[in-house]
Amino acid sequence: MQIVSKPAAERRRRQRGITVMAIVGLLIIVTFVISMNTGFIRLAPSDVIETFFGMGTEKQSLILFEFRLPRIVISILIGAGLAVTGCVLQGISRNALADPGILGINAGAGLMVLLFVSYFPLTAAAPLFLLPVLALTGSGLTAALIYVLTYKRHYGISPTRLLMTGIAIGAGIHAATIVLTLKLNPDKYQFVANWMAGSIWGANWKFVLALLPWIAVLLPYIFFKARILNVLSLGDQLASGLGAAVEKERLKLLASSVGLAGACVAVSGSIGFVGLIGPHLARRLVGPQHQLLLPTAALTGSLLVIAADTIGRSILQPSEIPTGVVVAVIGAPYFLYLLVKSRL
Amino acid sequence: MGIVIKNSKTDGLRSRPWAATFIIFGGLIALAIGTSLSVSFGAADIKLAVVWEAIFNFNPEVTQHQIIYELRLPRVIGGAVTGACFAVAGAIMQGMTRNPLADSGLLGLNAGAGFMLTLCFAFFPGLPFMYLILYSFMGAGLGTGLVYGIGVMAKGGLTPARLVLSGAAISALLAALSEGIALYFGIGQDLAFWYAGGVAGTKWFQLKVMLPWIAAAMLGALVLSRSITMLSLGEDVAKGLGLRTAWVKLLGALLVLILAGAAVSVVGAVGFIGLIIPHMTRFLVGVDYRWIIPCSAVLGSLLVMFADLASRMINPPFETPLGAFIALIGVPFFLYLSRKERRELH
Repeated sequence: MQIVSKPAAERRRRQRGITVMAIVGLLIIVTFVISMNTGFIRLAPSDVIETFFGMGTEKQSLILFEFRLPRIVISILIGAGLAVTGCVLQGISRNALADPGILGINAGAGLMVLLFVSYFPLTAAAPLFLLPVLALTGSGLTAALIYVLTYKRHYGISPTRLLMTGIAIGAGIHAATIVLTLKLNPDKYQFVANWMAGSIWGANWKFVLALLPWIAVLLPYIFFKARILNVLSLGDQLASGLGAAVEKERLKLLASSVGLAGACVAVSGSIGFVGLIGPHLARRLVGPQHQLLLPTAALTGSLLVIAADTIGRSILQPSEIPTGVVVAVIGAPYFLYLLVKSRL
Repeated sequence: MGIVIKNSKTDGLRSRPWAATFIIFGGLIALAIGTSLSVSFGAADIKLAVVWEAIFNFNPEVTQHQIIYELRLPRVIGGAVTGACFAVAGAIMQGMTRNPLADSGLLGLNAGAGFMLTLCFAFFPGLPFMYLILYSFMGAGLGTGLVYGIGVMAKGGLTPARLVLSGAAISALLAALSEGIALYFGIGQDLAFWYAGGVAGTKWFQLKVMLPWIAAAMLGALVLSRSITMLSLGEDVAKGLGLRTAWVKLLGALLVLILAGAAVSVVGAVGFIGLIIPHMTRFLVGVDYRWIIPCSAVLGSLLVMFADLASRMINPPFETPLGAFIALIGVPFFLYLSRKERRELH
C-alpha cells in the first residue's frame, strides 16, 4: 500500500512544486515590468515593451538599458543568491533561523569592503572586480571563525550555539566597522553608509558581470547537492548512518554558500533577512525537500528583493529608500513571528 | 540528608561578604588612582600636582585648570557613572530573568535609544539636551518593550536563546530604520559618533541632569537587591518565600530602564558592560545580589574608566571609540559564556 502510494505522493509534490515555481516566476515577471516603469522618470508599459524591441527613443533606451535593467537583474541575482545561502545554512545547521545576516557573515564581507574603500580610491577600474573577491574573503574568514568557535568535539555544531556565536561575532565586527567609518571623509562615508544600508549601488552592467560567474557556478553546484542537504538536515548521526561523509559535505556546502553570500553582499551591501524569509516562504509552499526547496527559495528571494527595490524607489520620490531597509521592515516582523512560533 | 546534598551543591555558590568588602574598598581606591591618572593623561599631559591644585584650589586663569575642570573631570566622572549604570542594569536583568546573556546592548535597548535619537536629529535638529535624554529614554523603553514582548508572547517563555534572537532581530530592524532615516537626512556621520560610544563629550550639565536619577535608581537597586536574589532562585521559590514577584519584576524593569537609558544617553551605544561585569562579580562574590549590585557598580566604573584611559593611549592623539574597545573585550567573553552554558543553550 505504502509502496504504491509513495511515488504518487512524490509526483504530486513535484507537480505542486512546478506550479508554485511557475506562479512565483510569473510574479517576478510582473514585478519586473512594474519595476521597469517606476522610477524618477515614469515610462508606460507600452513604452517599455517598445523600447525593449528597439523602438523607443534614445533617452528611453538609455534609462532602461543602462540604469534600470542592470539594477533589476542584480536584484534578481542577489535575491536568489542570498535566499539559497540561507537555505543551505538552515539545512546544515538544522536551525530554521539561520541567515547570513544574523550569522555575521554579511558583516564580515562588509568589513573587508569597508577596509578596501577606506584605503583605496573608488574611481579606479579594477576594484569593481576585486570587490566580490574581497567580500568573499571577509565572509569566508568570518564563517570559518564562527564554525571553529561553534564546533565542539563530541557535540558537533549545536544549532543554537551557532546562532549565538554568529551574533557575537557580528557584534564585534560591527564595532570594528564603526571605528573605521568614523575616520572616513564625508564622501566616502556617504558611499559606505549607502552600502551598509543595503542599497543596490552597483547598478551597471559591469557589476552584473562581476556577480554573474559566482551565481552561475555556485547555484547549480548547490542545486546538484540538494540530495545531500536532505540527508544532512536529518541530523549528523542519521546522516553518517546513511553513508554521507558528514563533515566533508557540510564544509563543501558551507564554503559554497559563503561564497555566494560574499559575492552578493559585495554588490548589494548588507541586505539582511532575505536568506531567512526566502527559504521559509519556499518551505511553506513546497515542503522540506531540497530538490524543490532550493530553486523555489531562489525564486522567492528574487521576488522579495526586486519588490523591495521597487518599493524603495517609488515610495519616497525623488529620493530612494535603500533596499535593505525595506527588506528589514518586511523581514524583521516575519522573523519575530517565526521566533514566537518556534521552539527554542 | 536532603540538606547535606544541598549544602555540598551550594558550597561553591555561597556569597562571600569578605571578598565583596574587599572589592568595594579596593575598587574605590583603584577608582581614585584611575581618576587621577585619567585626569592627568591626555592630549596635554598635566602633572598630578597641578591636578591636585585644580581640584582643591581652582584658579580659572590657568589653562590647565580649565582643561581639568571643563573637560577631563566630567569625562572621568561620566565614564565611572555610566560604567556603574550599565553594570548594575545588567546585574538586575540577569538576576530577574535568570538569563546569563542579558545585556542592554543585546536586548534592543541601545538600538531603541539610537532610533529615537536618529528621529530627533532628523526632525528636530538642535533639540535641547534635556529633551534628547527624554527621547533616548523613550527609545530605550520601546526597544526593550518590543524584545520582552516577543519573549513573553512565545509559547516556551523567555528562554535565553529566544531573548538574544529577538534582541538581534529588533536591533536589526531599528538599526535599518535608523540607517534609512540617517541616509535620507544626511546625518549619518553625526550619529556615528554616538553609535561608537564615548565619554569624551561629557559635560557637567549632562551629569547634573542625570545624577539625581541615577542616584535614586542605584538606591532603588540596593533596596530591591534582596528580592532580586530571591527571584534569581526561580520564580516558584521566590513566590514560596512570599515575594510579590510581579511587583519586583516591574520595579526591576523600571530601574533597568532608568540606569541603562541614562547611561546610553550620556555615552552612546556601548554594549557588553552589563554582560561582562555581573558575571565577573558573581564569580568573585557569590550569588547574593546585596553584594553583587554594589560590587558590580564599582567594577563597572573601573572597567569603563580604564577602558577610556586605554582608548586614549592606544593611538594618540586619536581616540579609539570606547564602544569598540569594550566590544573587543566583550565579544570573546560572550563566546566563552555561550560555550560554557551548555546546559541552558543547547
